[in-house]
Amino acid sequence: MSRERYEMVVGLEVHVQLKTRTKAFCGCSTDFGAPPNVNTCPVCLALPGALPVLNERAVELATRAALGLGCRVNPVSVFARKNYFYPDLPKGYQISQFDQPLATGGSVVIGKNEKGGDVQIGITRLHMEEDAGKSIHDRYPGATAIDLNRAGVPLIEIVSEPDIRTSAGAGAYLRTLKQILQYLDVSDVSMEEGSLRVDANISVRPPGQATLGTKTEVKNMNSFSAVERALEAEFERQCALLDSGGKVEQQTLLWDGARETVRPSRTKEGSHDYRYFPEPDLRPLIVDEKWISDARKHLPELPEARKQRLAQEFGISHVEVEQLTATPALSDYFEAVARASGDGKSAYNWVMGEVLAALRPSGGDIAHFRVRPADLAELLNLVRDGTISHTAGKRVFGQMVETGKQAAQVAADEGLLQVGDEGAIATWVDEVLSEHPEEATRYLAGEKKLQGVLVGFVMKKSKGRADPKRVNQLLSTRGG
Amino acid sequence: MIRASFQRAREIGAGADGLNIFLHSDESASLEEADAMKRHLESAPDAGVLAGVPVAIKDNIASLGLPTTCASRILAGYVSPFEATAITRLRANGALIVAKTNMDEFAMGSSTENSAYGPTRNPHDVRCVPGGSSGGSAAAVAAGITPIALGSETGGSVRQPAAFCGVVGVKPTYGRVSRYGLVAFASSLDQIGVLGRTVEDAALGLETIAGFDKLDSTSSDAKVPIYRLSALGGPAPETRSPDTEAIRLGRSPVPLAPSPGATTLRGVIIGKPKEYFPDSLDASTKDLCERAFDRFRSLGATIRNISLPRSPLAIPVYYILAPAEASSNLARFDGVRYGLRVDPGKGLKAMYEATRSQGFGPEVTRRVLLGTYVLSAGYYDAYYKKAQAVRTLITDDFRSVFASGVHAIFTPTTPTPAFQVGAISDPYEMYLNDIFTVTANLAGVPAMSVPIGRVRRLPVGGQIITAHFDEFTMFRVAYALEAALGAEAHQ
Repeated sequence: MSRERYEMVVGLEVHVQLKTRTKAFCGCSTDFGAPPNVNTCPVCLALPGALPVLNERAVELATRAALGLGCRVNPVSVFARKNYFYPDLPKGYQISQFDQPLATGGSVVIGKNEKGGDVQIGITRLHMEEDAGKSIHDRYPGATAIDLNRAGVPLIEIVSEPDIRTSAGAGAYLRTLKQILQYLDVSDVSMEEGSLRVDANISVRPPGQATLGTKTEVKNMNSFSAVERALEAEFERQCALLDSGGKVEQQTLLWDGARETVRPSRTKEGSHDYRYFPEPDLRPLIVDEKWISDARKHLPELPEARKQRLAQEFGISHVEVEQLTATPALSDYFEAVARASGDGKSAYNWVMGEVLAALRPSGGDIAHFRVRPADLAELLNLVRDGTISHTAGKRVFGQMVETGKQAAQVAADEGLLQVGDEGAIATWVDEVLSEHPEEATRYLAGEKKLQGVLVGFVMKKSKGRADPKRVNQLLSTRGG
Repeated sequence: MIRASFQRAREIGAGADGLNIFLHSDESASLEEADAMKRHLESAPDAGVLAGVPVAIKDNIASLGLPTTCASRILAGYVSPFEATAITRLRANGALIVAKTNMDEFAMGSSTENSAYGPTRNPHDVRCVPGGSSGGSAAAVAAGITPIALGSETGGSVRQPAAFCGVVGVKPTYGRVSRYGLVAFASSLDQIGVLGRTVEDAALGLETIAGFDKLDSTSSDAKVPIYRLSALGGPAPETRSPDTEAIRLGRSPVPLAPSPGATTLRGVIIGKPKEYFPDSLDASTKDLCERAFDRFRSLGATIRNISLPRSPLAIPVYYILAPAEASSNLARFDGVRYGLRVDPGKGLKAMYEATRSQGFGPEVTRRVLLGTYVLSAGYYDAYYKKAQAVRTLITDDFRSVFASGVHAIFTPTTPTPAFQVGAISDPYEMYLNDIFTVTANLAGVPAMSVPIGRVRRLPVGGQIITAHFDEFTMFRVAYALEAALGAEAHQ
């Protein structure tokens, strides 16, 4: 098998749209999904005489991202023009950064190796740039339509070192990166909406060889798993090529998801000469020390830190905490429930169980979930102190989701408050024994394993209100 | 005033079959505007320092109402949906925009012969060019059609036509006037400038349009003095705060004619850079400069011989940097969103090629190609980067001269007076017209040309250069020279 004789070397370029209200260099809205060409103005249409003015908020978010990824933020960075002709690039150049990027030299930890050490992927640079518009080739026969709503939306490009060695590693890197950016609250990081896009540089070499092989660039992946599959396909292709005595040619390839294969891009990307030069319409970007240290001070808690803190504070396991911190919204919700109820374990069970199940059908967002953490905590408290049973609790939760009412209110309205009163329970037990004479006889004759069945009948009869502990006790005395 | 402007334009033959000064104007709309202004003035006498004054605008400055074509086929008929900040400020002070003036296509040229709509002629001698690229604006002022016109500079495009047409032309410090709405040629050099019949007209025009603009990141928030006060001599006595919106200056508190004796230059040191007085300099031009130096001396100024040793490198540096930026700035004229589109129906690339080949004239094409070349991989360091380094040295020369105590530098504006239409066909020879003016653009310092006499019938201009943002001293020297020369300035 040829692939065992080679090692995959991958570096990823990730473009991320920043979550600003307005575009990078003009006041137009960045709303996704507006009718074509509505969010445009003389600046982002590149009308003659219009000039860019940098959106400070974009710098703020880019700086936050850089700090969160452990980069050094450069006190002076320079915008540059990347020149090329394309109909969805109105100015004929993209404002980007070239030899003096906003930030350099970061890293992310994507997991542990066999020896228990961190697997770390280096980040070469993070720079600011603007998005292009969209070319729509399939709407009008024989013509291409241009939508410039996206033109000028602020982006950061995060370039990794060629530290990735497997397709799974690439996936892990992307998931980690996405999670960090979510926690930093700088982007929607949605591949579906195009707010996160990935290009991969891949080469192969015999393991142990220090120099890098000739790389190709793979584009057009629309999901993390597509990235993994594309890397596998291109790895196979390069290995086979070398094995057959061929040479890898530096080129740009497009992932074809339907055919699970890569094919050469029609445009000769490799031969592009972007003629970069410093953007004369913008002054160098100067970020002062104090601004950086303030940004560092106000950096949101990152996923790793939050995992450790939640595990420690609420006594939950490593596996559980991984699930709970998948997104910042989920971990915020959990933390609020756990804190208000004082019971991390139940909070975990309820959030990962009932809450996610309730959200699933609508694909809803936990940040806007109808049952607020404080309301769920109240329900948890009612179950814990025995006011309602666990079974009743689930019914109450269902009603809360449906009606938006408080737990205590629902429990009272539905008559679900747990009954601990001996007389009432004794009545239910007697009724059950007389309604199920066969089970009753066998049970009273000593068939102890039927106790569970009888408890079930009592719970059903009481509509979950009977305290199961008492029911068990009472049955035991009868049976005994 | 507006009626008189159009009357004068007719008398002098400013139309396309005559001097060919204007590309666009609308007399009836202008007269309506003037009537509205007249009614407004009856109720509001404080309608601005330029209330009712007709102003002509170079056709590369975006205006509402009249087209903005940059004298190019590629923008034929294009009307901007927004207006340049400089024009907004003129209007806010009561000015009426009466016409858009002819120019070299995209401001690339020194004679206004590179217009897609035919050359403009010099009002002093119709066989001669008016200079360029702001030739139409200079000719409009010289012909007495408007007292003030806006032009633009990248390498001397206001000062050189001002010199050829015998008017005053000012290029302010880079960043002094917002470039918002000025169609970019070379963004790091471009600056809107003012042409005026007198120093005062030019000062008034610049006061109106100068100041910070949040729409131009390279505009400066340095305070803007009332330049007309420089007529009184002495340092800037009053400044106004930077503005973000259009400014209304109100009625001027300034005496409109300087009192006799106020124009002394006692204590002022004027530098005479040897690099700007080469042996090859036209003898008559040199004599007129010497006469100006004599006047400076009689006004009490000290003349100091200085050197700006890197100035001779300015032309090659300029013709690397300006085309480099132009090649990128003109990429937006691609036939996709506005302007000319020529589509042979053979795909996107063919559409780009046909549109741009037919839309741009030969000089624009030459510079776009040159600029694309110098920015190409493998050539960037040898050309663009090196040129930037030399640009810094040229700027350092100016800084050290002004740091040594020199207040202003005086040079000829151009090596020769106006030449005849069609006389220069070699592009490089044409580029040498800017030899004394490009340095100020490269260094970003303010500079202006004032009439200092004539050779035969043709005007000659003298150039005054001062330190960054010291337009006040520049105007002070200009006022003094204008007053001292009197009628000699036009003899």
